[in-house]
Amino acid sequence: MRLVVPLRGIVGGRGGLILGTFVPCALFCYLHIRRLRFLATRRVSERAEPIAKAEESPYYVGLGRVSQDPFDEVANPNGIIQLGLSENRLCLDLIEEWLSENLTGAMIGHGGDKRHLGIGGITGYQPHDGVTELKEAMAGFMSQVMGGEISFDPSRIVLTAGATPAIEILCYCLADPGDAFLVPTPYYPGFDRDMTWRTGVELIPVHCHSADNFILSIAALQQAFNQARKRGQRVQGILISNPSNPVGNLLPQKTLHDILDFARNKNIHIISDEIFAGSIHGNEEFFSLAKILDAENFDKSRAHILYGLSKDLSLAGFRVGVIYSYNDDVLAAAKKLTRFSSVSAPTQRLLISLLSDTSFIGRYLETNRKRIRKMYDIFVSGLKEIGVKYVDSSGGLYCWVDMSGLMHSHSVKEELELWDKLLNVAKVNATPGSACHSIEPGWFRCCFTTLSEGNIRIAIERIRKVAEMHKSSR
Amino acid sequence: MEPASVRKHSLLSMIARNGGHGEHSPYFDGWKAYDRNPFHPTQNPDGVIQMGLAENQLSFDLIEEWIKNNPTASICTPDGVGKFKDVAIFQDYHGLPEFRQAIAKFMGRVRRGKATFDPDRIVMSGGATGASETLIFCLADRGDAFLVPSPYYPAFDRDLRWRTGVRLIPFACDSTNNFQVTLAQMESAYAKAIEANINVKGVILTNPSNPLGINLSKETLTSLLSFTFEKNLHMVCDEIYSATVFKSPAFTSIAEVMQETECNPDLVHIIYSLSKDMGLPGFRVGIIYSYNDQVVNCARKMSSFGLISSQSQHLLASMLSDEVFIEKFLEENSRRLGKRHSRVVEGLKQEGINCLEGNAGLFLWMDLRHLLKEPTPDAEMELWRVIIKDVKLNVSPGSSFHCPEPGFFRVCFANMDDHTVEVALQRIREFVSKGNKNGDDKKHWRKRDLRLSFTSRKCDESLISPRQIMSPHSPVPQSPLVRART
Repeated sequence: MRLVVPLRGIVGGRGGLILGTFVPCALFCYLHIRRLRFLATRRVSERAEPIAKAEESPYYVGLGRVSQDPFDEVANPNGIIQLGLSENRLCLDLIEEWLSENLTGAMIGHGGDKRHLGIGGITGYQPHDGVTELKEAMAGFMSQVMGGEISFDPSRIVLTAGATPAIEILCYCLADPGDAFLVPTPYYPGFDRDMTWRTGVELIPVHCHSADNFILSIAALQQAFNQARKRGQRVQGILISNPSNPVGNLLPQKTLHDILDFARNKNIHIISDEIFAGSIHGNEEFFSLAKILDAENFDKSRAHILYGLSKDLSLAGFRVGVIYSYNDDVLAAAKKLTRFSSVSAPTQRLLISLLSDTSFIGRYLETNRKRIRKMYDIFVSGLKEIGVKYVDSSGGLYCWVDMSGLMHSHSVKEELELWDKLLNVAKVNATPGSACHSIEPGWFRCCFTTLSEGNIRIAIERIRKVAEMHKSSR
Repeated sequence: MEPASVRKHSLLSMIARNGGHGEHSPYFDGWKAYDRNPFHPTQNPDGVIQMGLAENQLSFDLIEEWIKNNPTASICTPDGVGKFKDVAIFQDYHGLPEFRQAIAKFMGRVRRGKATFDPDRIVMSGGATGASETLIFCLADRGDAFLVPSPYYPAFDRDLRWRTGVRLIPFACDSTNNFQVTLAQMESAYAKAIEANINVKGVILTNPSNPLGINLSKETLTSLLSFTFEKNLHMVCDEIYSATVFKSPAFTSIAEVMQETECNPDLVHIIYSLSKDMGLPGFRVGIIYSYNDQVVNCARKMSSFGLISSQSQHLLASMLSDEVFIEKFLEENSRRLGKRHSRVVEGLKQEGINCLEGNAGLFLWMDLRHLLKEPTPDAEMELWRVIIKDVKLNVSPGSSFHCPEPGFFRVCFANMDDHTVEVALQRIREFVSKGNKNGDDKKHWRKRDLRLSFTSRKCDESLISPRQIMSPHSPVPQSPLVRART
């Protein structure tokens, strides 16, 4: 409580006790109470305040800037080219074609049991965690995505309105406020929000380095766990993303074994976010957690997989996420929580048909991988031409690019200055590594699957100009 | 309170372990009875009739017809598939602009133009369930409380409290004044809460009321709004039944009252949904409409946890913008609800059963006090078990709505066809006449063994009418799924 106003009256010695002290005090109290009341009426809950504040992470700032000034070859050629959103627009034409050929009038009772396909089946309340037929179709789809070698049990699937609520629900089931998850860095910036905003859970970064090709080391995991323990913080699990976002690498089988052993020893959960499993464009073999658990004799009770259709099928707008858990108690709890985040019924109906067409899905997945690879090759050869290094990766819709050569020094400050230059001068939005909690400054995530080949070249050209500006400024 | 050792070693969170989901409550016995033995007109005519599900199925043929006649609205038709790419990739949490505009316009239309809505204040969420939880997250911290007039929708206990940690303080409305909410009751409840050092953040009104099926009058709303303004409390109005009004008095929204009464708009928020008014609960369309910019901003960011599928947004944007259709739909929907309501009320009246004079909603508030052994909650539960077991109707006992007066039951009437209504009324007729025939031993059923025992008969999916599947209340795991594993 600020005492300046009333004290002034006394110190100034003017007006005596009444005018010099009492009146200013009374005025001050009145204004203070009015201000408190004003604040109380305007503000949201304390826990919502940080959420209501303007988003400061460059990840979100960049996305926001692009939406205000989006590049368009014809309409806005000086706009900002989007390399900051991991969306895949390469194969939507295939699904559009499939729709044209397969779903004429699907919403309104065409063919088969009218009640089933007709609107009557989809207007009413559905099970919150998804209808059985969609779970079955999703299990089959996930199996196809993982190469057909693993089978998924539909009864272990919980469907949610996107991967965002999926991970939040899983956190609610596995951890109490104040508990923590260990997360290897660099990691998807959205985790900071999705996993901690409302749950009260914390994320402990476990740093990975370029020297290790950004693969998680068990020693680092152990150290982070011990430090948390010393602080009195309860670690409830490890979250890995595989294929990794933002690096795009695949976790080796041995690393997965080691992580599983570690989780078992510490009695903590392991969550594997495999949302990019169908976006593997390289030749490396992919080991889903499911594959490891199927093949080896690991205790499954702490294992959970996250999936969704936003990346592999490009259906981000449809809001379809998956929690796949080997733990019955977690499944039971997660199912109850889906009441807040269910998949819309017409979308469920559409997807049952789409995902059940296994021969189309097979062709789609293969074409998708090829097209991503093609764009990847164009992008990285462009980088090579301009002398910018990157991590050679096998998965994801993005490339982890080393732009430290365009910085004067290795610091986060320089990295953010470069980000700003890229965004506002070169008009290219890439995600700086610091937004992904990367311990090494200078790395940027560049997504290339929303652009045409020509636009990728324009983006590379713009980055080249920044590189030249940097060379000449030295 | 759990021992520390349990928490220390538990693999599950407290939320996952505790009963905050409310599904262990005995009130779900009715649902279980229905799920195990669901009524079907031809295949299971002796099954339990579902009258505990507040779903509007009376007008879906109008929706179906509109969709048939407007193929461009659906991305699954040759006429509409051209929009597929843009729709599929659209995940902006602001929502499709045309969807927000259509919702704003629709909400204004439902309020007969007495209030208009700004599309930029429309925030999406996962059904009304998601909308109400998200709003509470934005307005209140753990331990804060909201006053709620009872009887109220049972799932509020779960939806508004489970993850948010917020408290609900019910204040009772009773039959002495036809369950009307009064300012005096609210003032008294507020005073008691303050005395008990509870941090009251706001008030939640459901208007039209679930389970009562009545509107709040303009005068009452005005006085309640003034009270919240005076005490600096949030006013949350759940208006999800606003278009189910079938008789006067016409619906008055808080949006209308705000224009004529001194208030602080930053404290006023509306929850809306298409689940009841349009009969589209499967679409999961929940809306938060707040007059507080910070709340809009915050809720919009949180809407990432429950965005509406862009496919559904796209379809509904078209449908709700079709003013001719909407006009016809709202009128016809009201008419059908009114007709159905009258039929059921009349049928009950013939058996000497009265209902609260209702004018809205998908249910009626039935008075069975005269059938209670004694005016106690236990007697109400006893009667309820008889209704489920012998009369084979799943109605909802008033105690599940926190009604302080035993003997009232909520009966849903809009989730079935005319034939099923007649079967239900016939069963009530038979039950009442059986009771009358027994003279002195008038309530002989009271002496019977009233324990519910369930047969091991499996729930055959073919017996379930596709319109009577799941509700937000049912805790029973989807039986077909259980079957698939055995």
